[in-house]
Amino acid sequence: MIAEVGLALLWLAAALAALQLVVGALALRPEGRALAGLVRPVAVMQGLLVMGAFAALVMLFVTTDLSVKLVVDNSHSAKPLIFKIAGTWGNHEGSMLLWVTIMAVAGAFVALIERRLDEATLTATLAGQAFISLGFYVFLLIASNPFARLAQPADEGQGLNPLLQDIGLAFHPPTLYVGYVGLSIAFSFAIGALVTRNVGPAFARAMRPWVLGAWIFLTLGITAGSYWAYYTLGWGGWWFWDPVENASLMPWLAATALLHSVSVLQSRDALRAWTVMLGVVAFSMSMVGTFLVRSGILTSVHAFAVDPQRGAFILALLAIDIGGALALFTLRAGTVTEGKRFGLVSREAALVFNNVMLSGILGIVLIGTLYPLLTEAYGVKVSVGAPYFNPAAGMFAFPMFVVMAVGPLLRWRQDRLSGARSGRRLWPLAVCLALVLAVLVGVELTAHGIALLPALGLSVAPGLLLASLLPLRGRNLRRTPLPVWGMVVAHAGIAVALFGMASESAFSVERLAALSIGEAREVGPWRVSLDGMMPVAGPNWTALEANVTTRYAGGTPVQLHPRAETFTNPPGTRNESALETRWNGQLYVVLGEQAEDGRWQMRFWWKPFVPLIWLGGALVGLGGALALLGRVMSDIRRLVAKDKIAWRRMRQGR
Amino acid sequence: MTTPSTTLLKPKHQRLVLVLFALAALIGAGLLAAFALSRQASYFYIPSDIAAHPPEPGRAVRLGGMVQKGTLKTMPDGVTIHFIVTDGKARVPVRFSGITPDLFVEGSGVVAEGRMEDGTFVADNLLAKHDEKYVPREMKNMTESDAKQVVAQTQ
Repeated sequence: MIAEVGLALLWLAAALAALQLVVGALALRPEGRALAGLVRPVAVMQGLLVMGAFAALVMLFVTTDLSVKLVVDNSHSAKPLIFKIAGTWGNHEGSMLLWVTIMAVAGAFVALIERRLDEATLTATLAGQAFISLGFYVFLLIASNPFARLAQPADEGQGLNPLLQDIGLAFHPPTLYVGYVGLSIAFSFAIGALVTRNVGPAFARAMRPWVLGAWIFLTLGITAGSYWAYYTLGWGGWWFWDPVENASLMPWLAATALLHSVSVLQSRDALRAWTVMLGVVAFSMSMVGTFLVRSGILTSVHAFAVDPQRGAFILALLAIDIGGALALFTLRAGTVTEGKRFGLVSREAALVFNNVMLSGILGIVLIGTLYPLLTEAYGVKVSVGAPYFNPAAGMFAFPMFVVMAVGPLLRWRQDRLSGARSGRRLWPLAVCLALVLAVLVGVELTAHGIALLPALGLSVAPGLLLASLLPLRGRNLRRTPLPVWGMVVAHAGIAVALFGMASESAFSVERLAALSIGEAREVGPWRVSLDGMMPVAGPNWTALEANVTTRYAGGTPVQLHPRAETFTNPPGTRNESALETRWNGQLYVVLGEQAEDGRWQMRFWWKPFVPLIWLGGALVGLGGALALLGRVMSDIRRLVAKDKIAWRRMRQGR
Repeated sequence: MTTPSTTLLKPKHQRLVLVLFALAALIGAGLLAAFALSRQASYFYIPSDIAAHPPEPGRAVRLGGMVQKGTLKTMPDGVTIHFIVTDGKARVPVRFSGITPDLFVEGSGVVAEGRMEDGTFVADNLLAKHDEKYVPREMKNMTESDAKQVVAQTQ
């Protein structure tokens, strides 16, 4: 019953999306103006209906309804409740339903609260949003129906991939999806503005919070995903340049560029066409990511099903949406007039530079990700990894960091770096530069054999951290606006994460050992000993758990318990690593197999300052949240003030 | 000395400069990517490819094939293993230090990432068939078509 209700709700939502598109398109013509009032309520209703459909699917998973194919294929009655709920989106159909749910709810949200944009552009935006959603509704209903029933109910479900049975599944995919799909709002805004030929500061002011919101979720989703992969895969790495990771990084790069260019458009009315273009590109990258991940063209833990029909369908959607948007852009770009001018040395120019560098990194990642697919079409199998991505992306990233340190200190429009007044701004930058050089020399002298990139990262990071705090200099900290704090925190977060990455790749110590019970080893400053093995059992797994005693530089011993878990539904194994975090790094312990002579294979890593990577990511997200909060608060204040003025006028009878 | 307003470009020129700059950076990125890919992409080999055209020593490549029965040996340190990967026509000795994937056994398919050093393939990482839903892409074709035949030949 629940499955049928869910499917019916999904059909209704799809029908409303079609209505929203048609009404929105008609309302843009003079003769259809009367219909414009219909678009907002339809968008809200569509959001509510699809939420109902998603809730129905969650219910099916929670109750483990074994007559529904999706539940049988991906769930099991003995799974803990949290993984039954999270398992809803741990599969192809469920994750696509989550995608359209977020897309429709975001559209409803825009319809409910967006009041600053002129009504015509908003109508066009909602029609654009309905157009994208409609494609995904068709995809769900035709090619991947999540509510399909089995002719004969199964006795038991097949369970969820053990790697996915982790608390990370509850947070990482929804967060990332909110980010991906939030960019669809930016895309629709760009389409709406192109349709009504209304690209300017007002449009940027309306679009900016949505871009910011999507970007915060993307940042946090990527950070969470990286930490999840780090502790659950047992390879000790935090980024593998896996195509699926790249699929999340590319929208982030485009969104970061968009975030900065939209701020130029809002404050200075420049970079009009560029901002619209980035709005289109950012969501295109989300779509490319979805295509790569969901089409089965790649093999990865993220690819749930290999089904050529689905791949072709998503490719067609991609071609229609992106091709349509680019065609519209080409047609209308000529009517977007040039924005305001700015000098070579100005904040706008610095932001343009960083935008272009981000686009360069985006190009590098995109080419590296697609290249193996292209060569495979010609029968040559190739894989592209860190040896390509790290130096090629670094070529663009490091110049960007330099400009990132200077840019926020420059004035809008035109600035000069000579003259008496600029000395006050130049000497702190000189201090930062000196710090960078000092660390670089120090690293090269004391630590030998460090590759160029980590050495550069280690030395640039402290200077960048200091420089990112400079915009606060000379300000009254309590009266500094929240968006400025947001920028400072986010830029500092980049520096912190950079330091963590560089330190991880420069100073990690790895030890691989076969230990008998009672044996000890040195791992960097740590002394680790294997004290014993014990069988343990969880809700749906059994495991061997090692008891490892660790001491940092002769300090107090800490017990760690890495496990090798065995799952029966579905059969599979998972290595649960054990982590010990200190202020200056993390010890990572993985339990392997028992060798023939009875010794246990164990793998240890000492990774100095590695938690800074995720701390930096979280800081970047926090910076975004502060900026968003500041903007929303000032909007609310403005609305309240407007209401007060209107009320006073009314009382005075004017 | 010029006033700031006269140093600004005309709007049309400014747009042109921006477009050219963006184009130059993107073309630069494309060229850099092409250059780096030609040097850093790691190609996939099967043992008979390595016998016919060995990759230059030290270049990162991947090797796919079946682990020949009876060749898997663990060294005294307990963590280094030696085995031979074969495709039924040629054989390549492989050395690997680390924790092997769960389904890595003699007679199973494997993809090794690493490089050739003195006639031995030194693997940094092994990918084995994990489960039905997660098969290394190269292994998929292989396990379906060649694997049975190869296993039969190597037994």
